[in-house]
Amino acid sequence: MSLDNTTVRNIAFLARIDVPEAELPQLADQLSAILGFVEQLGEVDTTGVDPMTSVTDMALRWRDDVVTDGGIQQKVLANAPDAIEGFFTVPKVVE
Amino acid sequence: MTMTRLTDLTIAAARDGLKKGEFSARELTQAHIDAMAKHRDLNAYITETPDLALTQADAADAALKAGDAGAMAGIPIGMKDLFCTEGVLTTAASHILDGFKPQYESTVSANLKKAGAVTLGKTNLDEFAMGSSNETSYYGPVKNPWKRTGDTTDLVPGGSSGGSAAAVSGRLAMAATGTDTGGSIRQPAAFTGIVGLKPTYGRCSRWGVVAFASSLDQAGPMTRTVRDAAIMLGAMAGFDPKDSTSANIPVPDFEAALSGDVRGLKVGIPAEYRPEGLNAEIDAVWQKGIQMLKDAGATPVDISLPHTKYALPTYYIVAPAECSSNLARYDGVRFGLRVTEGVRSLDDMYMKTRGEGFGKEVRRRILIGTYALSAGYYDAYYLKAQKVRALIAQDFRKAFEVCDVILTPTAPSAAFELGAEIDDPITMYLNDVFTVPTSLAGLPGLSLPVDLSAEGLPLGLQLIGRPFDEETVLRVGDVMEKAAGFTAKPAIVEA
Repeated sequence: MSLDNTTVRNIAFLARIDVPEAELPQLADQLSAILGFVEQLGEVDTTGVDPMTSVTDMALRWRDDVVTDGGIQQKVLANAPDAIEGFFTVPKVVE
Repeated sequence: MTMTRLTDLTIAAARDGLKKGEFSARELTQAHIDAMAKHRDLNAYITETPDLALTQADAADAALKAGDAGAMAGIPIGMKDLFCTEGVLTTAASHILDGFKPQYESTVSANLKKAGAVTLGKTNLDEFAMGSSNETSYYGPVKNPWKRTGDTTDLVPGGSSGGSAAAVSGRLAMAATGTDTGGSIRQPAAFTGIVGLKPTYGRCSRWGVVAFASSLDQAGPMTRTVRDAAIMLGAMAGFDPKDSTSANIPVPDFEAALSGDVRGLKVGIPAEYRPEGLNAEIDAVWQKGIQMLKDAGATPVDISLPHTKYALPTYYIVAPAECSSNLARYDGVRFGLRVTEGVRSLDDMYMKTRGEGFGKEVRRRILIGTYALSAGYYDAYYLKAQKVRALIAQDFRKAFEVCDVILTPTAPSAAFELGAEIDDPITMYLNDVFTVPTSLAGLPGLSLPVDLSAEGLPLGLQLIGRPFDEETVLRVGDVMEKAAGFTAKPAIVEA
C-alpha cells in the first residue's frame, strides 16, 4: 500500500492534525513503509479465528448505575486554557 | 553502617537500614536529591520535586518511628511522567500537555504513596510512551549512564521508560515506575543494566496513567534487583474498580516467592527467537542463561511460538489504532496546549493545536491508526491484526502446556548511539521484536541484566510467565540474578 500526498492530507484532516505541505512527501513515504511492513499479516491464515477482544479472558464487570462523584466543577475546569463562568470555551462556531 | 553509599543501596537493604535506624528517610532522600542535581546532564527527570520528597521522607520517618511503616516507607523513587500526580506537572513528555497539573492521583502512584514511597520527581520518557530510545521526548533525549569502554559517545537508555531506567541505573533513584506497551519497561532495563518487570495485563491499575494503547499498557517496577522488583510490584498492584480491566484477584506476597529453588522447572526456549542474523553476543548471553538454569536444576525445553514474526506488524496496527482513539482527547479545549494564532474556526483550532502539540512519531502513529480504523480499511487492518493477535496468544498458551516459564533475549542489541535510528521508524520498531509478543498476549515479562558486551555494555535476558504468575518469573529471575552475579555499574556511579 502506497499513500500519496492527497491521501495523507485527508487522513491528517480526519485526525485533525495540521501537517505543513512541505512535510507531506516524507510523511507519505514513512506511512507507506509502515503499511508495507504490516502487510505481511496477509500471509497468516485467519480463517475461523475470532479476533481478540479480551486480553486476559476476563468478563467485563457490571456496576450499579449510580452517580459516584460530582460537584467538582473547579477541578474539572482547573486546567482549561480558557474557562469563563464555569464553562469551557471554544472559538465562535456560529456566525 | 558499611561503606556502601546511600544511593547504592537496594530497596531491601534500605528497608532494613531504616528499620534499624542506621539512617533516616530524610538522609536517604537527601542523598538522592543531591545525586539527581549532580547528574542533571542525563536529563532523566522532566520535573524534580525535592521539597515534596523531603516532606514525604519526614512522614516516612515518623511512620517508621511509630512502627506503622508501609512496604516502601522512605524509599526514594522516580515516577514516570505518564502517571498523573495531583498538583504536580504531568507532561507525558509532550508539548500538548503544557502546564497540565492533574487534579487527581493515579491509582499506582497513590498505592506507592500509601506504602510510604518518597517521590523524587517525574522521569523523562518518549512522547506519550511512543518510542524505543527516549529521543521523541519534547523535553529532549535522555542519556544512558553507560558508555562503551574507552569511548565517550552518548548512548540512548532505551525507551519509552528511558528516564526511569537512567535514573535507577545512574543511582538518581532507588527504583522507578515504568509503563510497558510493547517493551517500554523491559528494553530500557536491558539497555541500562537494571531489572524491569512488566506485570500481567490487569495486575496494576491503568487509572490515571496517560493512555497510549489501552489493551496493552501496563505499569511495572524498574529496580536494581529482582527482590526489589518483587517488593515494589507488591506495593503497586491491586484491584481497582476504576479500571474496568483491573484483575479482581489477590496480590500475592511476591517477595515470599523468591525461594531460590527452580529444580524440576521447565524452561521453554523458543526457536523463533533465534532469527537469522541474531547478534552473536545476544545469542551467547542467552546460551549462558540457559546453562545457569540447567546448573540450578531446571530443564530447558525446546518450544515453538510460530506466529512470532507477525507480532511486530500486528502491534503496529493495534497500538496506533488505540493511540489514535485515545489521543483524540487532546483538543485544546479542556487542558494543555491551545493554539489560537490565526485560528478561524473550531476545526482550525483542533488542527493547529494538534499539529503543533504532537511530535513526529506520535503524529505518525495517530495517522496510521486513523487510516487503519477508517471506513473500508477496518477489516483489512484492525480486524485482521486482532485475529493474528489471538493466534499469538494461542502460541503462548500451547507453549505453557509443556513449560513453566520462557527464556529469551530482551532486545536484539545493546544500547545504541543517540541519533542512530531516529530517522527510520521501522528499524526503531525492531528494538521491540522480542518484547512485543508478550505484550500482545498480556503476559508478565521480566528483564534482568546478565552480562556485559565486548564493548562493556549491559545485556539482558527476558523471562515470560503464565498470566498472573509473576511469582514464577520472579523466582527464576532471582536464581538467574545470583548465578549471573552482575555487579557492574556505569562509570558515573564509580566516580
